[in-house]
Order: sequence, then structure tokens, then C-alpha cells
Amino acid sequence: MAHAATHDEHHDEHHEHLNFFQRWVMSTNHKDIGTLYLVFSLLMFFIGGSFAMIIRAELFKPGMQLVQPYFFNEMTTMHALVMIFGAVMPAFVGLGNWMIPLMVGAPDMALPRMNNLSFWILPFAFALLLSTLFLPGGGPAGGWTMYPPLSLESESTAYVVFAIHLMGISSIMGAINIIATILNMRAPGMDLLKMPVFVWSWLITAFLLIAVMPVLAGAVTMLLTDKYFDTHFFDAAGGGDPVLFQHVFWFFGHPEVYIMILPAFGIISEIIPTFARKPIFGYKAMVFAIASIAFLSFIVWAHHMFAVGLPLGAEIFFMYATMLIAVPTGVKVFNWVGTMWGGSMTFETPMLFAVAFVILFTIGGFSGLMLALVPADFQYHDTYFVVAHFHYVLVTGAIFAIIAATYYWIPKWTGNMYSEFWGKVHFWNSVVWVNVLFFPQHFLGLAGMPRRIPDYNVAFANFNMISSIGGFLFGASQLIFLGVVIHCVWFSKKKATDRVWEGARGLEWTLSSPPPHHSFTIAPVIHDEELAHGHVED
Amino acid sequence: MTVGGIGKHGIRFGGSKHFRQVIGTLGIIALSLFGDSVLANPKPGQLNLTPGVTTYSDIPYVLNNVALGVCVVIGILVFGAMFIAMFRFRKSRGAVAEKWSHNTAVEIVWTTIPVIILISLAWLATDGLRKFSDTTGAQMTVKVTGYQWKWRYDYVDYLGKPVSHVDFMSKLDDRSNATRQLNSGLDPYAVKVGDDNTYLLDVDHPLVVPVDTKIRFVITAEDVIHSWFVPALGWKMDAIPGVVNATWTNIKEPGVYRGQCAELCGQDHGFMPIVVKAVSKEDFAKWLADQQKPASPVPAPASTAAAPAQTTAQLPSKPNTQG
Repeated sequence: MAHAATHDEHHDEHHEHLNFFQRWVMSTNHKDIGTLYLVFSLLMFFIGGSFAMIIRAELFKPGMQLVQPYFFNEMTTMHALVMIFGAVMPAFVGLGNWMIPLMVGAPDMALPRMNNLSFWILPFAFALLLSTLFLPGGGPAGGWTMYPPLSLESESTAYVVFAIHLMGISSIMGAINIIATILNMRAPGMDLLKMPVFVWSWLITAFLLIAVMPVLAGAVTMLLTDKYFDTHFFDAAGGGDPVLFQHVFWFFGHPEVYIMILPAFGIISEIIPTFARKPIFGYKAMVFAIASIAFLSFIVWAHHMFAVGLPLGAEIFFMYATMLIAVPTGVKVFNWVGTMWGGSMTFETPMLFAVAFVILFTIGGFSGLMLALVPADFQYHDTYFVVAHFHYVLVTGAIFAIIAATYYWIPKWTGNMYSEFWGKVHFWNSVVWVNVLFFPQHFLGLAGMPRRIPDYNVAFANFNMISSIGGFLFGASQLIFLGVVIHCVWFSKKKATDRVWEGARGLEWTLSSPPPHHSFTIAPVIHDEELAHGHVED
Repeated sequence: MTVGGIGKHGIRFGGSKHFRQVIGTLGIIALSLFGDSVLANPKPGQLNLTPGVTTYSDIPYVLNNVALGVCVVIGILVFGAMFIAMFRFRKSRGAVAEKWSHNTAVEIVWTTIPVIILISLAWLATDGLRKFSDTTGAQMTVKVTGYQWKWRYDYVDYLGKPVSHVDFMSKLDDRSNATRQLNSGLDPYAVKVGDDNTYLLDVDHPLVVPVDTKIRFVITAEDVIHSWFVPALGWKMDAIPGVVNATWTNIKEPGVYRGQCAELCGQDHGFMPIVVKAVSKEDFAKWLADQQKPASPVPAPASTAAAPAQTTAQLPSKPNTQG
């Protein structure tokens, strides 16, 4: 690790003498904590992925061959919880931790000790959650949405609720840290509307997190008291309402969906201009689009609940509000295409993943638009059409963006170039198999196959088998990614330049690769042409 | 089980003649893309929604086709532009990056056009939704109750007269149930009724209803949330304890229509199918009278009880065997 020349902050520790425990467990350094988040996320990605492999293996052909139905339900529930709270969210926090201080010219995160705490809560939260699989009574099996009364039948409610509380505390602290860093620690001259789009996307995401994680905490706390303390929030027999939970949950849940995609928008908005060697098209429109998507995310929650028997007026309102989201989302997609148009493009691995993101996320957006149409949703709802939809936006959306970001920034993080050949092998395998995996699920849903079932009629057999084959190969392809990362960190002989990519713009590229342990201890001077969108004429 | 001409789907919608033509055309495009999609029950290789068999069910079908058509056209334009850009503006082809980074006119156009498309789709969907939400004028009422993991049907009234003592439980048929056990060694492909595979899609006692009758369903649940879903009817409705949801159907053709619980409800969520047997009004009247005979102490469909699982099979072609 390279060292900064100066230590003008009062750190008790001298990192060159740190042992492993001090370096990683007691770290207050945004880069080390960012690395911890990313490693944790990768681990959870493989754990959550292995659950998905069990699901796809059971669904490989009709008939029950491998697991009992209850265990299958535990797998679908855990797969979602681990992937959402363990893989996608921590990956974005890790990327934010690593990159936001570098991108805004700050020496570190604003609240370094809280940063340490918000990471180190996570391993405990997931140990608690995953331990339920080994307990008598088993893990949660009522779906990640935890709808009562079903979720209250589980023996593991308390474990799950406390795990979610911990994850929520971690997320809120991470969000506070990011907001404080962005609002207070930008280098002089780094005006808000000169910030990279990734930083903007995280600023807005952090506000979403602070707004909705307490709502989730409230919802699951009510589950807890319903189960153990004889309250009746969601128990009709006691004057409660099971649908109330769904309203509260989705008031969290829909912004949560955008928490998992807005930073991805930011990442793609960094990568495409770099490899098109052209400033991002419509920078302000991009920022405003993210902000309006974030606003709209608060008024569309009941589109997850069209089939619960909402009154006509509510169905119409939530349908219109949901459809409205297509406008700013469309603007973003058009602007990415506009950025590519007239550029001078090369297609290194990050760009390949970014281009695949734009196409496949848009396909997920299309099915989202179809789902917004209430009468059609009465058919699609809770079928594999929905499963296909949200995996297009989460896997080929959020996760492709995280992978793209890793390829894009890993030379900066490690000082080594990854293997472009194996990166491309990983890309082509991922992009082919992910479509073999999820595209046929649209057909299954349209034909009427409900989601979360462990077995199905033979009419659904052919597409399920295709989907499972795609699933196994997509899962196996991610081992290539693991190999590329390990090779890059420890074995790569090819050193990265400071700039890394010819078209890269932004403060992070003005630092050495890898950057010094404490970066920007003296605030950098901002040259507008150095910013990714520094050529904006207005 | 066919639904008549394709154009008909479009014409059902209100609104301007021109718009109807557009819808009809898109419907034809979607149909030709997906070939023989006029199905009531899932078929291997099925690619599109079923048009269904009720006076309502073509609304989601047409809406699905129109929305899909719109998405395909937008997709071709956007991805087409992307691929042209990726081909033309490559560094390896000597492309030099332009300096511009916005274009107000283009941005206004690509914000406005989606708004217009969305308004058209919203108008179509709202029209369908209003039709769906009108549960008035029903000639028959059936109460549906979800249990872990079976359905209960109570016939409440028919043609203005209350129906008493016609209620029964409906659960997965024995053959499917034996086959679906872990490592049962039984072949799901062998669970057939006639030519149709009914694995996990058959019940002991189907819901028997008349055709050409507006049937009001009141749907609730006893333990956890379930969802009553028969694709051929064009909708699903959650069955929620403590909540009574109302919805309706009006089936046009006799037949056996299969569906499943669509809301995760515990370990056997995948094993509580729904079978609706639509019969002619005369046959239904006879069936109902049979059920109400005090002689039959078990409040279940007497004739089906005699030969569970197989009974539904004989019905698609000859729904009046029930007598």
C-alpha cells in the first residue's frame, strides 16, 4: 500500500505498523472499509447465489426431486434477503465508500468511526439471519416480503426482525455518512452541479435510505409485537388488518427498489462517457431524472398490491403514478444513447457490461411498464412474469452495474490491471446465460405459472429446464469473475496507470493507482475540464 | 375452446374508431407473433397470455398485446440507435468524439413522445379497469375461502334465490398429491385426464358454474393470505383473512378452466389448484338441484365424489355428463 506523504489528521494508529486485525477490524479508512463492504458483498453474492442454484435445481423438471416444499420456501426467502440486503446494498455502499471521497476531493468519509461501525454490524446481522437455517424450526419461509399472517407462523421471526433492524441501522448510518461527506467535504470548486453523476445518485439514494429504513424497522417491529407481545396490528381477529402491513412494507419497499438501482444509474453514467470519450449527454437532465424518480418512488407503493382489492380510485392513482416513472427513466436511457452517439467508443469489459446494462435494464423497464397497467397486472401479478421483470432490473440492472463498476475501478483500487481477456470471457458468458436464465420466465408467467412454487404442471417444463440450465451456467460464470478479481489483486503483473482509461475524467483519476492511504489531505484544485462532464457549455 | 375472430378483441374497447383499428392491428401482430395462443389452460411452449373465455378476459389480453407492441417498437428504435452508434462511432473506425453534450430540442421530443404513449396506454387500461370493478348486476354469488391448502366454495345465491347447503372443500387430486411427494418415483407426465396433463392442476371437487351468467365472487381467507387465480378468467384476487374482496366473471364457453393459488401461503402453496367447470345453464340447474337434495348428507358434489380426480377430465368436451 502506498502511503500519503502527510498525516495532518490525528490518527492514533500508524497504518504501516498495523497488524491484520487493526488494519481491517479497527479501520476508519474509507478505502479499507469500502474494500470490506465489497468483499462482504461478494461473499453474500455467492451465498445468495447458491440458494438460487438450489431453487433452479428443484425447478429443473416437474416433480419434487431434491428438497421439501418448506425448505424450498426458505430458499426463495433467504435468496431474496441475502441478495438484497447482503449483496446489492453493501456493494453500492462499498463503491460509495471507496469512490465518493475520491470523486469529490475529500480526505476520507465525514464520520470514519461510524463508517467502521456501519460495516461491522453487517456480519453479525447476516450471521443472525443465516443461523436460522440451522435452528430447529428452520429459517424464514414466508417470502422476503414477510406478509403476515404467514410470516408469523415461522419460528424464526425474532431472528429475522433483529437481523433486519441491524441491517437498517447499518444502512442509515452509511447513508448519514454519505450525505455528510457529500454536503460538507467537497473540495473547493466542486459545486453540487459539478459532481459526478455517481455522487449525485448516491446523495439521493442516501436520502431515500434515511426516509424508508425506519419504515421497514417499524413494520417488522409490529410483526415482532404481533407474534410475541399479543398486539394485533395485522390480525383481523383482533381488529387489525393484514393489508396494513403491505402498505407499510411497500412504502419502504418501493423506494428500496430505487435504492438498488439509482447508484447503478450513477455508475453507468460514469462508465459510458469514459469509453465514448464524450461528456455525458444532458448532465442536468440526468440529475433531475434521478431526483424525480426518487420522488415518484414514494407515491407508487401500492402497485405491488393491485390484487389485494384496492378501491378503483386507488388503483387508478397508483397506475398513473407508476406509469409516470417511465418518463424520467426513459430520459436516462435516451441520454446514455445520446452520450454514445458521436463518441469515439472502445469496448473494454466495463463498457461491455454498461452497454448490456442499458439494453437489459430497459427490457426490465418495459415489463415494468406492462405490469403498471392494472388489468394486465391482474394476470401478471405473482407469476413468473414478475420474477423475470425484477431479475432483469436487479441482475442485469443492479448487479451488472456493480460488476461494471468493479472492472472500471479495480485498476484504481489495486494498481493492477485485470485480465481483459478473462473479463470479456466473463462478460459474454454472463450476458448470454443471464438471458437464457430469465427471458423464458416471461413466457412462464404469461402462461400462468405462479411464483414461489416448488413444482409445476408439465406445461411449464420446457421453459423451466431452459431457465435452470441458464441459471447453472450464469452461476458458474460468476466464478470467472471471482478468478479475475483474485488475479487482479494478487497476481497481475500489469500495472495500472493513474488515468487507467484513456477517456477517464474526474478527480479519482488524478491520484496514483492505487491511491495513497489518505487521499486529498490537501484539497485539490478543480479544473473544470478534468470533470467527467466538465465540457458542459452552459 | 376457441375465441372467435381476432379483430373482435379490439372492437370491444370503447373510444374512437381509429384507435380501435390500431388496437386491432396490434392485436393481430401480437397474435401472429405468438401463433396459436388461443388457449384457456397452460400449454407447453405457450408464449403469450391466454385470451381467456369470459366477457372480460380479452381486456388484459389486448392490453398486454398493445403494451408489448409499444415496447417492441420503442425497443427497436432505442436499441437500433444504440447499435448504429456502437458500429459508427468506434475508435477503431477512426471516429473522433464530438464535444456537444446536450440538445434541448431532442430532449423535449424524447420526453414528450413517451408522455403521449403513456396517456394512450393509461386511457386503455382505465377503461378496462372500470369494467373490471363493476360487480353490479350479478345473477349468482359464490363465496370463495382460502385455507392452508385448499379452497372452500359456498354457493350463496343463484338467479335471485338464496342457495343453502351447497358448499364444499376443493383440494389437490389424489394422483397429483401422490406424485408430488419428494422422490415419489411417480411420473408427473402420467397424471393425465384424457389428453390433458393435469399434474398439480386438478382438484377433487371443482367449482361448478353456469356459462353466460354474471357471477359475483366474494373472496376471503381463513388463515393466511391466498390468491384465487384462474388465467382463463383474466384476473386474480387476493383472499385475505378479515377482508372480503368482491369480483366477478361471466364465462362464455363451457369447459374446465384451471388455475392455482398465486400468493405464497406456506409449504403447500404450490399444491392448491383451482378448477372451474363451466357448464350450460340447464346442466347447472340440475347439478344445483342435486346438491340441494337432503338425501345427500355430504355437502359435496355427489357425482364427483364417486370418481374423484377423474371426473373433471371427462368434462371439457361434454360438460353435461354431470347430470
